[in-house]
Amino acid sequence: MTREERVAALNAEMAKRILVLDGSMGAYLQGFGLTNEDFHGKRFADHARALKGNNDLLVLMRPDVIAKVHEAYLDAGVDIIETNTFSATTISQAEYALEDVAYEVNVEGARIAREVCDAFEAKDGRPRIVAGALGPTTKLLSMSPEVGDPGRRDCTFDQMAAAYEDQARGLIVGGSDLLLIETITDTLNCKAALWGVWEAFDKLGVELPIWISGTITDKSGRTLSGQTVEAFWNSLAHAKPWAIGLNCALGPADMRAFLADLSRVAECAVSAYPNAGLPNAMGAYDETPHSMEAHYVEWAKGGLVNVLGGCCGTTPDHIGHLAQALGGVKPRVVPHHDARLRLSGLEPFTAAA
Amino acid sequence: MTSANPFANFVIVGERTNVTGSAKFRKLIEADDYSAALDVARQQVESGANVLDVNVDAAMIDGPKAMTRFLNLIASEPDIAKIPLMIDSSKWEVIEAGLKCAQGKSVVNSISMKEGEAKFLEAAKRVRRYGAAVVVMAFDEKGQADTEQRKVEICTKAYKLLVDIGFPPQDIIFDPNVFAVATGIEEHADYAIAFIEATRRIRETLPHAHVSGGVSNVSFSFRGNEPVREAMHAVFLYHAISAGMDMGIVNAGSLTLYDNVEPELRERVEDVLLNRRSDATERLLDVAEQAKGGAKKRDSTKDLAWREKPVRERLGHAMVHGITEFIIADTEEARLMAERPLHVIEGPLMDGMSVVGDLFGAGKMFLPQVVKSARVMKQAVAHLIPYMEEEKERTGMAGRSNGKIVMATVKGDVHDIGKNIVGVVMQCNGYDVVDLGVMVSCDKILETAKAEKADAIGLSGLITPSLDEMVFVASEMQRLGFTLPLLIGGATTSRTHTAVKIAPAYKGPTIYVTDASRAVPVVQKLLGKDRDSFVGDAKKDQTLAREQYLAGQDKRPRVPIAIARERAPKLEFAPVKPSFLGVRSFVEYPLEDLVPYIDWTPFFASWDLVGRYPAILEDDIVGEAARNLYTDARAMLDQLVVEKWVRASGVVGFWPANRDGDDVVLFKDEKRTKEIARLYTLRQQIEKGQGKSNFALADYIAPKGVSDYVAAFAVTAGLGEEDVAIRFKRANDDYSAILAQALCDRLAEAFAEALHAKVRRDLWGYAKDEGLSADDMIAEKYRGIRPAPGYPAQPDHTEKRTIFDLLDATARTGIDLTESMAMTPPSSVSGLYFSHPQAEYFGTGKVDRDQVADYARRKGWDVATAERWLSPILAYDPLLKARA
Repeated sequence: MTREERVAALNAEMAKRILVLDGSMGAYLQGFGLTNEDFHGKRFADHARALKGNNDLLVLMRPDVIAKVHEAYLDAGVDIIETNTFSATTISQAEYALEDVAYEVNVEGARIAREVCDAFEAKDGRPRIVAGALGPTTKLLSMSPEVGDPGRRDCTFDQMAAAYEDQARGLIVGGSDLLLIETITDTLNCKAALWGVWEAFDKLGVELPIWISGTITDKSGRTLSGQTVEAFWNSLAHAKPWAIGLNCALGPADMRAFLADLSRVAECAVSAYPNAGLPNAMGAYDETPHSMEAHYVEWAKGGLVNVLGGCCGTTPDHIGHLAQALGGVKPRVVPHHDARLRLSGLEPFTAAA
Repeated sequence: MTSANPFANFVIVGERTNVTGSAKFRKLIEADDYSAALDVARQQVESGANVLDVNVDAAMIDGPKAMTRFLNLIASEPDIAKIPLMIDSSKWEVIEAGLKCAQGKSVVNSISMKEGEAKFLEAAKRVRRYGAAVVVMAFDEKGQADTEQRKVEICTKAYKLLVDIGFPPQDIIFDPNVFAVATGIEEHADYAIAFIEATRRIRETLPHAHVSGGVSNVSFSFRGNEPVREAMHAVFLYHAISAGMDMGIVNAGSLTLYDNVEPELRERVEDVLLNRRSDATERLLDVAEQAKGGAKKRDSTKDLAWREKPVRERLGHAMVHGITEFIIADTEEARLMAERPLHVIEGPLMDGMSVVGDLFGAGKMFLPQVVKSARVMKQAVAHLIPYMEEEKERTGMAGRSNGKIVMATVKGDVHDIGKNIVGVVMQCNGYDVVDLGVMVSCDKILETAKAEKADAIGLSGLITPSLDEMVFVASEMQRLGFTLPLLIGGATTSRTHTAVKIAPAYKGPTIYVTDASRAVPVVQKLLGKDRDSFVGDAKKDQTLAREQYLAGQDKRPRVPIAIARERAPKLEFAPVKPSFLGVRSFVEYPLEDLVPYIDWTPFFASWDLVGRYPAILEDDIVGEAARNLYTDARAMLDQLVVEKWVRASGVVGFWPANRDGDDVVLFKDEKRTKEIARLYTLRQQIEKGQGKSNFALADYIAPKGVSDYVAAFAVTAGLGEEDVAIRFKRANDDYSAILAQALCDRLAEAFAEALHAKVRRDLWGYAKDEGLSADDMIAEKYRGIRPAPGYPAQPDHTEKRTIFDLLDATARTGIDLTESMAMTPPSSVSGLYFSHPQAEYFGTGKVDRDQVADYARRKGWDVATAERWLSPILAYDPLLKARA
């Protein structure tokens, strides 16, 4: 199946049912008991900084483990898996002094995911989709790192866009079917990501569907950079995303209201992949596969979503329950609004027709 | 009339955070006071702005940097950042800098087809990638649209282009250009209607697109009268909103409702905006002062007390005070009372003008006021002319004139501000003036004088070669047997030159006129009964002037050129290499960026008001005249800039250069082997005494062996200047025509200053950290000089040819050189840049035969040619034999 055929098949499926995305990588990796040796290997034996915790590096150092996690989710019945490249920009990898391998991590991360998906497709002919994941980086374009100097920025739009372009090229070359700009805490970072992604498209002569997923930090209903959900949509609608959604930070109970807002305004598919609740005193997540399932089903029946999955704390078990529970539920119908001038600052503004 | 809130569906774009509209905000940004600047933004949001317009386009502001800083700071102020931004600049790099700081969906203001469709679409695509909506100005390669038809055509075309590339139509906002009305210019009367009707058609025919505009432009003529301006905005918005305008850049704090405008004022404003009657502007002016309201109300009633007087006195009052508001109605009233229309001119109008003449003669009125009075006179006369012509056809009777004068700026010269002023003053003193304009050949001047049966000829010129042309005209008048008086005037002319060179060539009266105020008394005497004694006195004075001149010749000690060269200053050289070599153009330089560089002092001088700006505004004698002139000038300047009456273009070039004797040799490249041009300089020859240097411009360039550089420039702010002057003259408004020309002159000088700053700080970069204020810059407190050929440091105008060829200046800027080396358009400046830290302006002073012979040899001229071009600085009379 070519990328275009696979995406077309996915879109046909999405018209009929709610699609399923995988869950957390980190939670599942914990079970492998990985050590320093797994991260450094021979290649980075003498690397100046400790690399343990740089999970993205595992696509180079332990591709077998990453492939196992992807397989576990595919076994659970998902349609889409994310590449293990959340932090694989030059900006984020700078924390580990590994800017130079960022591109390679993206290529390999996508290649491994694609390989596992190909094996599953070969068994039953059902398309399995690789979403190349682009995370938020370690810098913010709309906020100062120092309270006393609010005009200061640690990174420019152009530097950010260049880092994302590099990541996008790697993900595309490695075989991603679509690109997922996720866990957006600052909408300006996302704009820079889009700029980089489009530059990559232009240079490679391809165009992949773009999926955007923002993060509402707390019950105030705003992103870290202060936007409401509708302002966030207005800021990014020009990307004509394949889907837009929310992920991370909140568990399903707290996410619902904001998901409903987004579902009302977004003129494209809507996705959600919440955390398994909030971390408890022990650092573990409280939502069980069963309790999560109840929320998912309520959202699905309420017509809020087109794609569901899990973020921090979710496991193949959670996602397996999700996939089982969605049988026969109709997906959200994408609304069409009047052609109005819709602007935004931190809040939305809609001009009269 | 409406009672619902018309602004309910109207997008209010707050304008106070725009440096082009708010001097307060500009000063805050210039002073780096961003916390106060944020307060301005906050106040706009609190006053109800839906969108915040941010514009930092000003000469002294680094646009991208200021935009970035301000938007980054806004991002950390949630009570401001909550509303969307309108990122407003005429410079793409500033817009883009803004877009890179805005997480929200902003509006870009603006893009247009000014530079063609390709650039327009390229900008639109980038705007789209940043996820912004866009304001499209009704502007294409032919210029800004001012008629309904052009506005609609351009917007329709832009709409199709944008929609074709997938730009969402609801994200397109058209700005069909709000221009000022009630300017006194007939062509402007329909500007508000054109906007309103264009808006209607755009909203009807271009689905989902919006219409916005800078509302305050419409009331520019009433600057300083906020109540009238607010009334105009309210009425304009009411009609424009009814037609479909749904967004506007307005002062969010001061929006008035249509229904709340006082009914009489509203009606008169409406008459103006909708061009409902020909006297609409006058009628609005009638009530404008009263509308200022409050304490001033009584004063203005008193001011209008003169309206109660008989018509004859009213005409006199209008004349003396330069008030045109009521002149047509008053003239008509006087005409109906008079036996013949001519009597109105010969009676009240001439009486009024003679009062003006007396006051002027007594130093109680000044030129700008006189020219304003002349405008009143001209408009009154224009009203009477059709009646007089009708009478003439009926009865064969014609009016009488005090005399007829043919005036011209001579061949090769293009400067005519002074001549225009003289012409106006003459006309309002009852003389017929045949103004032949600029660059007029001798033949044409003399033929016209004959055909028109002129009583006198007036010649004007500003550049030195014009002096020779005047001598030529004088000698031709002699040859052809003329006897009528020849008047000589203009900045370059002098009592001495007239006496020594022109008067000897012509036996008729040849009179030097010092300034415009002298023109009328001189002509009166020449054409009156005292002619003979006046001419006799003049001839005596000229004989005296000649004697003084010849006596002065031998008294000034000069040193031989060889000695002068030995006394050249011995300078150290540490040249800085420019950022590039070769030539760079600045096409359509933003006029608003030039305004802060304007040096106003010479502006007042061009109106014969002597004194330094700004002190001149408070001067006991000329202060009031200066203030009024300045107010008019600033108002016109604002309009000129906003409506882009003229265009400014410039070019600058840098070349490797070394000194070779008194020449500066320019090389093709850093190898310094191929000479591409040679600049010739002249050296001071005056005996200065031991230890003092004799300067030449070449001294500021290092000799061979050191990698030095020289730069040249040519700038103009006069592209379109002539059309502006013609437009005003056609409306019988010479005052505004002259004002516009004088402003263009200032803008050209300002451009030279602005470009010099850019050269020092950036392009050449030898003074990167120079942080001078505009005043310091006008006072030339910076390193390096920009001498221009034809000025004291290099009086030879022909050096311009070399500069123009090097810069390809005519092709790149549209400035031409006449055969006398005058630049046209006249509001142009060209010259050289020297970067040496000790470079200073100096005058060559008079030069002697040995240097002239040497200069001729270097330039490949014969000595006679050199003497012709250098005639103003010859230390000797070339007609006298060389001294032994």
